[in-house]
Amino acid sequence: MSEWRGAVVPEVVLSAQNLIKTFQLNRRGLGGGVALHAVDGVSLEVRAGETLGIVGESGCGKSTLARCLVRLTDITSGTVTFGGRDISRLSRRQLRPVRKELQLVFQDPYASLNPRRRVGDIIAEPLEVHGYGDRRARDNRVRDLLHVVGLDATHADRYPHEFSGGQRQRVGIARALAMEPKVIVADEPVSALDVSIQAQVLNLFADLQDQLNLTYVFIAHDLGVVRHVSTRIAVMYLGQIMELAESESLYARPAHPYTEALLSAAPEIASEVAAQAEAGIATPNVTDMARPRERILLTGDVPDPVDGLSGCVFRTRCPYAVELCAAERPPLREVAPGRHAACHFPLLTAGAIPQEVPGMWSHPPVFKHP
Amino acid sequence: MTATSTVTTPSALAPARGPWRTALADLARDRTAIASFAILMLIVVVCLLAPVYAHYIAHTDPFQSNVSGTTVVNGKTVPVLAPTTSGLGLGVTPIGPTGDVHHYFLGADSQGRDVMARLLYGGRNSLLIGLSSALICCVAAALLGVIAGYFGGVVDTILNWFFDVIWAFPVYLLAISLSVVLLTNGLRLGPLSVQAGSLWLPILIIAAVYVPYVARPVRGQVLALRGREFIQASIGIGGSDVRILRRDVLPNIAPMVLVFLPLMAAINMLTEAALSFLSVGVQPPAASWGTIINDGLGLLYTRPTVAIAPGLMVVITAVTLNLLGDSVRSALDPKARLRGAA
Repeated sequence: MSEWRGAVVPEVVLSAQNLIKTFQLNRRGLGGGVALHAVDGVSLEVRAGETLGIVGESGCGKSTLARCLVRLTDITSGTVTFGGRDISRLSRRQLRPVRKELQLVFQDPYASLNPRRRVGDIIAEPLEVHGYGDRRARDNRVRDLLHVVGLDATHADRYPHEFSGGQRQRVGIARALAMEPKVIVADEPVSALDVSIQAQVLNLFADLQDQLNLTYVFIAHDLGVVRHVSTRIAVMYLGQIMELAESESLYARPAHPYTEALLSAAPEIASEVAAQAEAGIATPNVTDMARPRERILLTGDVPDPVDGLSGCVFRTRCPYAVELCAAERPPLREVAPGRHAACHFPLLTAGAIPQEVPGMWSHPPVFKHP
Repeated sequence: MTATSTVTTPSALAPARGPWRTALADLARDRTAIASFAILMLIVVVCLLAPVYAHYIAHTDPFQSNVSGTTVVNGKTVPVLAPTTSGLGLGVTPIGPTGDVHHYFLGADSQGRDVMARLLYGGRNSLLIGLSSALICCVAAALLGVIAGYFGGVVDTILNWFFDVIWAFPVYLLAISLSVVLLTNGLRLGPLSVQAGSLWLPILIIAAVYVPYVARPVRGQVLALRGREFIQASIGIGGSDVRILRRDVLPNIAPMVLVFLPLMAAINMLTEAALSFLSVGVQPPAASWGTIINDGLGLLYTRPTVAIAPGLMVVITAVTLNLLGDSVRSALDPKARLRGAA
């Protein structure tokens, strides 16, 4: 799978073209109010079998983007294409067959399960909706699914409150897997969990991808988590994609000033690599080891996404901003092979792009099974 | 494939207990709940046996005035209504409580009718109106609240206007005005036709005026539920609105409505008593606790039992219903349970 850079380019299964989602604020009565641009012109492609990570700070529109991609909300403009079909204008009824193949895993395992239904019924819900077999076939499928996500078949009769956060998230994953989807959009699936549990659930995601040939869109605000799981990473800021590149090259050499600042704010990355090197499970990335990152403290304010945004949205906090940045919005363009950045002056131009090893799970999981 | 470890729950051997069964078990352990339920049932059963009491024990017709009749007290025959010598009262003094279940146990009212028998018959009406209007009110409010909260938009706006209009009037003022109008003309609303003087009038009026008080909180709860991720998940699975309403919304709304039911029954019964006291509720010759209090008004100085007895019944029933409601609330609401434990 890792040589898609060479001969075989996997098909694009899910893509967004110039996706815009606005929310009307302060509406009183009919009309009026202002528009908040939660997702502001996002274009991306998700290729079969890969994990596309999406990172960004709170409120940058990651979750809204996820909901747009699976069409849990209406889209203001732009298109979402799934399996070659434009799904951006389909009604809820028309979307039903699409839902089988495109599923969402939620952030909060406490809110995403109905407290008044048994876990078995929750997992069987998609099976019932899509008319999967008879009662016995569904029961068998639920048992299999529980096993697949590492739960016991006897857990089907229990209620969500009897489970821990990690177990509940496993139930949520089982529900998403029920109709054998091709793509799973995971909206911060581990950020509400204990760090030790996060590792287990991340490993579960990795195992399932291997077994079931799944494609993930994995949203997180934790850089370590995203790096751990992603083939490619999109960095979001104020509803726009700042940078989109393969995971290793992005971490080794950020092209966008925002990515650079973001990475410098995550001190655990260098130590993580060092720890891997110590344990002999990964060759240390020379650039990381040799050049410990200076922490870049961003100053300036985040512009209000309610106001009309002009130029580069990051310019108010960017240490390198010049006049051009205020005048013209930089498009997301290919600044090096396979690397896209929305910046007039990408940081790559100074030096050569480091050799990276593409492909998913290119380094073994840092976390150990318990 | 990497083997995923199976996670076992600590309570793996305990039987699964649903939220409903947990609540029921909690109620069964709650002494206040059991005591108030028992008292309530006793009142209901005794009131249901009113005809038995009137025909076989007291041998009296509680709806027929008995102005010139006589009864037996301590073996002596005495008139039920004695002319008054002092200036107070209505010119007659009815017989007081005799303590004899066969002869005017609680005395007579100004028309010589057996107060005990009327109290039981009146209880039937008061309980019927209180409970059935609470049921109608809660069902209607749940329906409207769920529709408003779940579908939102124009439907929500219109229903909210409707709630606001009802809410804008003081409850008693609205109930009295409706009763005054409908008591003389009856109610004709499409297929629904209620005759003037029917018990259904106070039932429907009382149910209607309290709808916003239940529908508003239900709507709020549905709005909160709508934002919860499990509803989003059901939409993401491809479930229809009907399915989501049935599987996700209603089961999570039901406890709330169930908590409202006994509380509304108490409030509605009090409202019925007030309306009947003002003679715009249950119409004579039928009785309710409210009308009997009204009957006793003129006898307050000479025979206070006539007004006090039904008043006491109203208070006891309302208090037990409220206690029961509190118990149901703490059994169904896990947060209230935690507060109780602390």
